[in-house]
Amino acid sequence: MDILQLLIYGIVLGGVIALGAIGVSLTFGILGFANFSHGDLMSTGAYIALIFFTTLAWPLWIALPIAMIATAALALAIDRSLYRWFRTRQPVILLISSFGVALILRSLVQMIWGPDTITYQTGIQMPYRVAGLRIRPDQITILLCTIFLVLAVHLFLQRTKMGKAMRAMADNPNLARLSGIDTERVVLWTWVLGGGLAGAAGVFLGLDTRLHPEMGWTLLLPIFAAAILSGIGKPYGAIVGGLVIGIVQEMSTLVIAAAYKPAIAFAILVVMLIVRPTGLFSGRSTV
Amino acid sequence: MSLLSMEKVTGGYGEADILHDVTLRVEAGEIVVIVGPNGAGKSTAMKAIFGLLKLRSGQIRFDGQDITNWKPDRVVRRGICFVPQTDNVFPTLTVQENLEMGAFVRNDDIRPAMERVFELFPPLREKRRQAAGTLSGGQRQMVAMGRALMLDPKLLLLDEPTAGLSPIFIDQIFQIVKQVNATGIGILMVEQNAKQALAIANRGYVMAQGANRHEGTGQELLADREVAEMFLGG
Amino acid sequence: MELAGLLTYGIFFLTLVGIYGLLALGLNVQWGYAGMLNIGVAAFFTVGAYTSAIITTAESSGHLGGFGLPFPVGLASAMALSGILALGVGLITLRLRSDYLAIASIGIAEIVRLTLKNEGWLTGGVRGMAGIPRPLAGLIPGYDATLYLLLVLAFVAAVYWANERAWRSPWGRVLRAIRENEAAARAMGKNSLLFRLQAFVLGAVVMGLAGALYAHFVRFISPEAFNPLFATFLIWVMLIAGGSGNNRGALLGAFVIWIVWSATEIFVTRLPEDLVTRAGALRVLLIGILLQVILLARPQGILPERPPRPERHE
Repeated sequence: MDILQLLIYGIVLGGVIALGAIGVSLTFGILGFANFSHGDLMSTGAYIALIFFTTLAWPLWIALPIAMIATAALALAIDRSLYRWFRTRQPVILLISSFGVALILRSLVQMIWGPDTITYQTGIQMPYRVAGLRIRPDQITILLCTIFLVLAVHLFLQRTKMGKAMRAMADNPNLARLSGIDTERVVLWTWVLGGGLAGAAGVFLGLDTRLHPEMGWTLLLPIFAAAILSGIGKPYGAIVGGLVIGIVQEMSTLVIAAAYKPAIAFAILVVMLIVRPTGLFSGRSTV
Repeated sequence: MSLLSMEKVTGGYGEADILHDVTLRVEAGEIVVIVGPNGAGKSTAMKAIFGLLKLRSGQIRFDGQDITNWKPDRVVRRGICFVPQTDNVFPTLTVQENLEMGAFVRNDDIRPAMERVFELFPPLREKRRQAAGTLSGGQRQMVAMGRALMLDPKLLLLDEPTAGLSPIFIDQIFQIVKQVNATGIGILMVEQNAKQALAIANRGYVMAQGANRHEGTGQELLADREVAEMFLGG
Repeated sequence: MELAGLLTYGIFFLTLVGIYGLLALGLNVQWGYAGMLNIGVAAFFTVGAYTSAIITTAESSGHLGGFGLPFPVGLASAMALSGILALGVGLITLRLRSDYLAIASIGIAEIVRLTLKNEGWLTGGVRGMAGIPRPLAGLIPGYDATLYLLLVLAFVAAVYWANERAWRSPWGRVLRAIRENEAAARAMGKNSLLFRLQAFVLGAVVMGLAGALYAHFVRFISPEAFNPLFATFLIWVMLIAGGSGNNRGALLGAFVIWIVWSATEIFVTRLPEDLVTRAGALRVLLIGILLQVILLARPQGILPERPPRPERHE
């Protein structure tokens, strides 16, 4: 297939990965653990949108925000009921707990919506053709929404007091505490932001492909790869990391079987860990 | 009544006590220096004031109030700010954002406070939009102190502010400490460069093995033969 | 159920508990002793099972080999290959925070899973591999399963004994020290890192052994049985429930959790017809919640870790 065509697919996928990676990066920076439930949080968001977008046939611009809010609320509820109690213990306990949460969410999705693949809308969308390149209307929606969300996150982190406090806490949690920053409130906002973006990423993934209980879990590895690529704890790098991983994954189909796409993310990850463990944007150290 | 007083404080991070009956005080507007060999518990004494330690006995009073075992954010609000020895700036935040974070608990207009910091440390004004992590060691120390000054504290705790800096910067830092003190802020400082620190101090304490050893005015301690031999390197 | 049936089920049950017990013992060396987060237990379990299967099955057009070699050769190859895989993962992540090992280990598990599904020439793909011989079969006619159970239990006993010795040895002491203070240990030179690598590889070797024993027990393997749920998550729940850092705890955890897991199966099969298709998910949900409850209420497990008794000098 044409390289430019793959580039377009790669950018769409990269945007979805980036939205997930921002959340992973923030939770890692602020709470200090790799959240293994982030992928399944995305799936849950995608399925919540299914209720409004498909079952109730509401427009996407209503269904998407509802799914985002619901996913953010879910992330917050998980934090309040579980993670909060583990925070004072070792961070690895949080990781193990999040691994369990991933399975809980996935099995809930499977119990409610069944194990089969579902699409938001039946029927085939006619792609637009521009200069020989095909792009579906859904993919344009995904791209525009992703750009909008990334800009909104940027403004939040850059302009608001809470956004700055989040960056400060990701930079240096101890100093944040010593400065009198209300760290519990920062944690709360981290889940709201990370959860909301995960919800959006899930919906976009569902729009781009199909819904499946394992959709988010499958994307977890590329998301981690993007977050590490960018230097973990650095939300801006996560955007670039996501695009790189997305594009390389799509391009890789030129050389290897498409079934191994997820393995590409892992290959990049391994190379990163060996060559430059601090990430391209040299964030928090990995050691 | 002293601005800050520590009375017979005993405690540590876990099971073992690091501090044993440590007593010290800071009067309003004073510069007080704690000197002593490595592992004497100097920094730990400061952390005790800031609520980062588990105290088994003793009392810490600040400005007429018992603040023993308060949490750090409450201590900050009460008017004590702490500048740690290392990792004392937010490296990816700009200088201005670092200062804003220092004033996180304030909801009023922080521009006058920021203006005062810039007047105290003119180089920061030009670099206000630069990431703090990219500054030189001396300038980073300015940011760290500036951040702590954003709440108009009554007392500033400085943990080895000159550690790892070149001699030119060390002079600069002591100059800055005097300047900050001149605005009426009390200063409690742990220092390795004991001679220089005692020279600008009103009073000093010598600590060893987690306990008080000597105390006196800066001049007295500098003149004391035993102190000089034991702790000031002859 | 009549007595004979009950006995047969008992033997089946205990054999699986033994195999899971081995997995939990392997994970205990990695996590309990050395504090290394392996979220890809499935990878080593799978490699063990498929390696031994390829080595010992009769020649087949369905997959690589088989080479028809004896059972001990299969077992040894399974352990070696798992160990080599662990060596690779370990070398990459050795110097990094434990989170990175966790991420790298699911990466390896994912690649193993993809290979399993897509490389039919090697693994038989989704059709799986059949006709894996069971050792000791026919030795005492009618007692194949019992003999195999005894074989599995002998391996469990051997690994348990080795683990206990390791726990009390200076090697175990260094590992615990590293686990308690990862940052300090990383600053300590290569030797301590080498100790961790050894722990990771040894744990993986035991997982490879468990994989091989599993393959020869069920005699037909397909990707289904090696999904991260059965082959990674359950083992974590077992170790944490039993008590990480405690070998008896690991075995007890395997026993108790396998009972719970089997009980959930009985429970969900009694659900109304239309819910049965979703019953698998319900079982996972229950186990997932169980893990959280254990982490909240008794994080040290049923049998908490104990410092080894001082060695007696005679």
